[in-house]
Amino acid sequence: MRSLQRTTQASGAPSPSRLVRDSSLVWLASGVVGLSFGAISVAGGLPVWVPVVMSLVVYAGSAQFSTVGVLLAGGGPFAAAATGLLLNTRTAAFSLAVADLLGPGRTARLLGAHLVTDETVAFALAQPDPARRRAAFWISGLGLFAVWNAGVAVGALAGTALGDTAVYGLDAAFPAVLVALVLPSLRADARLRRPVALGALLALAATPFAPAGIPVLLALAGLAPYGRARAAR
Amino acid sequence: MNATVTAILVLAVGTYAFRLVGPALHGRVELPDRLRELLAAGAVVLLVALLATGALTEAGGFAGWARPAGVLAGALLAWRRAPFAVVVLGAAGVAAALRAAGVA
Repeated sequence: MRSLQRTTQASGAPSPSRLVRDSSLVWLASGVVGLSFGAISVAGGLPVWVPVVMSLVVYAGSAQFSTVGVLLAGGGPFAAAATGLLLNTRTAAFSLAVADLLGPGRTARLLGAHLVTDETVAFALAQPDPARRRAAFWISGLGLFAVWNAGVAVGALAGTALGDTAVYGLDAAFPAVLVALVLPSLRADARLRRPVALGALLALAATPFAPAGIPVLLALAGLAPYGRARAAR
Repeated sequence: MNATVTAILVLAVGTYAFRLVGPALHGRVELPDRLRELLAAGAVVLLVALLATGALTEAGGFAGWARPAGVLAGALLAWRRAPFAVVVLGAAGVAAALRAAGVA
């Protein structure tokens, strides 16, 4: 993202092609993960329309994987939905963080809300000014929605032809994408570093014990020193 | 099939409700600057917690060595201000290469 800032600062204007280029790798990786989601769902015995419709109306990768996992394990619809909802509670916090990028119209706000995902929020917040944050949100959001759903549909139809996607190392690409996107904020604001480190440690410590979705929420407790440091100023 | 439809519907409606929290409050409630700043910081805290748990854990246990090694490679590249594409491909490439070499 650093190079992106440099270029756009030099030209003085938002650069959509740069945003598209940087987004496209995330799209590509998400598309392949979508393929595997479609394939896994159908291989597990669900009809083709289930992963396809779920991806369109839920549109949250990790929650979809866990919900289908519980369904296939015979966990019942409410346990399955609860698992996914727990994972998605964080989107409420993310939607607050990007709320000013979704306007101004009512339709844009209702549409934009559906596009709030980890990657798109990270991509938008990594931009240096509101105009570019807005552009990044919509470019990343719409592209990701299209590619994710296309990937899921193809995966559901093609079944397990793709094989084990772990071979491609994509599971390492997603955390690395988030590293690249949060680094500029961490470089710019030293007061963020302690809450971020504390939050990550809390989440890691809770992961073996807490149900999926909870550890990441616990990380917000890391904000306590941030609030205090602010109040002391 | 009704169970599946129920699960999808509950998850879809609930998730969309979470996503509407921000846009619904925006413009209606004037958030104080301090809270606004805290929300932005909260987003970064959540993203780093996600990437840490995503890099190291899988289903509540250790994810194996290949994935964290790949993420570390990507993080180092990002630290050295490598272009975004190099970070993404570097992380995936290192994890894939380690797996091809037999490292889980």
